Amino acid sequence: MIEELLVSLTVFTLATFVGYSVITKVPPTLHTPLMSGSNAISGIVIVGALIVAVREGGMVGLVLGTLSVALATMNVVGGYLVTDRMLRMFRRSDEDRG
Amino acid sequence: MMESVVLSNLTEGVYIISGALFILGLIRLRSPATARSGNVLSALGMLLAVVFTLVNEEIIGVEGMIIGFAVGSLAGAYLARRVQMTAMPQMVAVFNGFGGGASALVAAAELFYLNRTPPVQDSVTVVTIMASTIIGAVTLTGSFIAFGKLQGLVGSRPTLIPFRNVINAILLGGALGLAGFLVVEFTSDAAGAVFSGLSQGEWIFLIMAALALTLGVLLVIPIGGADMPVVIALLNSYSGLAAAAAGFVLDNQVLIVAGSLVGASGLILTRIMTRAMNRSLANVMLGGFGAEEATGGGDGEQKPVRAVNADDAATVLGYARLVIFVPGYGLAVAQAQHSVRELADLLKSRNIEVKYAIHPVAGRMPGHMNVLLAEANVPYDELYDLDEINSEFDRADVAVVVGANDVVNPAARNDSSSPIFGMPILNADRAQSVLVLKRSMATGFAGVENHLFHLDKTMMLFGDAKESVQAMTGEVKEL
Repeated sequence: MIEELLVSLTVFTLATFVGYSVITKVPPTLHTPLMSGSNAISGIVIVGALIVAVREGGMVGLVLGTLSVALATMNVVGGYLVTDRMLRMFRRSDEDRG
Repeated sequence: MMESVVLSNLTEGVYIISGALFILGLIRLRSPATARSGNVLSALGMLLAVVFTLVNEEIIGVEGMIIGFAVGSLAGAYLARRVQMTAMPQMVAVFNGFGGGASALVAAAELFYLNRTPPVQDSVTVVTIMASTIIGAVTLTGSFIAFGKLQGLVGSRPTLIPFRNVINAILLGGALGLAGFLVVEFTSDAAGAVFSGLSQGEWIFLIMAALALTLGVLLVIPIGGADMPVVIALLNSYSGLAAAAAGFVLDNQVLIVAGSLVGASGLILTRIMTRAMNRSLANVMLGGFGAEEATGGGDGEQKPVRAVNADDAATVLGYARLVIFVPGYGLAVAQAQHSVRELADLLKSRNIEVKYAIHPVAGRMPGHMNVLLAEANVPYDELYDLDEINSEFDRADVAVVVGANDVVNPAARNDSSSPIFGMPILNADRAQSVLVLKRSMATGFAGVENHLFHLDKTMMLFGDAKESVQAMTGEVKEL
């Protein structure tokens, strides 16, 4: 158990540093799409929701899991779509205004 | 058996690819030119992770899941399509809340599962279940209060409950105390008593969750509407941390990678926002800012202001070489983005250089004003942030302040008695002349008098921002 925890902590620490260095390079003009896009990424909990929903946790487990799947799916679908909608609007001055 | 081991290893491999795609997607957010493809890569990573989880866990065909997917997809797609760009902060708040809620539910479902499948659980899993539940629950209710404040459903003025910090401390202490008790309960052999179908531990778990939900409400209620950008950024971070905690519960590395990326992102944005307001995070979170009428710093008497009409303003604009627009949220409230862009286009056709100076807190969330202007077809290479533009005001002929107030108040620079002293501002007062479009002489969010309006070089054009801009556009055409 403790070995698994150590692996997870390593991954957590490294990913946080990667996140920090990548995200500090996002320009302020894209901070709103960054937030909605990271909303979509935090929808990754859908994977966890799927895993727990089909366990033999009885009715309670299934209900909680399904509700969780619905919420996470909304984050994923809504988050990516709205981010794309915003990013489509960003144009350079020399680009065609279409 | 052999096959399922291969499949499960394959799935773990796909999770690594998904994590890499999320990071690639964020890297491509470095420029608006590559950002859209980055978003697609990130979505592809998500799709891979979901599909392989479905196959690996043999979930396809489980009816509950199909309902969950269908409801979530429809609701998400509907919101994404219909939301107004001005309402983006509310939407992000709602999504933060749902993300946190989903993580808390995953942790809860896992607890109920483990508690019904003896033997005794290991303490690491139980501790992470408690963490995921508490963070997720606070994120859920906190986000909904933030949504309510932004949407105007809950009063945007801070609601100050007496002894709120004591109450919050008791709630947090209570939740953590119960969590500690539960770790002992679930890791010991002794089977607890059972009440109406749930074991004693499960009941206590529900009480702990209720305390965390209440804490989320009470933490955000005292924070004023103007501070919501900080709150949303912070809750964004929490929703990531809740997902990472759920990853610890399930020993699932892709949850941990994705969750910590979001956690880091939210923290960075939170820091950018608090710096732009010259406040500490603690100061924002303790709440109450703007609850009482702040008195302007310094002198009681004010010099009169110079009111002009659209004709005068157009003359100054039409013969300038460099015009810098300083948009504030008032611009969005008046729906004047398109009119401003039309005026800017007209000025550019007269060979006048046009730039936009965007303060980090110009909108209601980080980067909000940029999105609102992009929607009005303002090219992103004309948008400049604080550090880039401040040296340019010296050579600007006109700074046009539209619906902004505190972010151009020179008191932040030179009046140490002012409540906003030290806040980084746009140096609009350094331009040759300043044109302020404003509805009335009312003060900004901070309730502070603005000396910029009383300078000799400042012209005040009173009225609805959209109508004023359109009137100026008409007059410039006549020149």
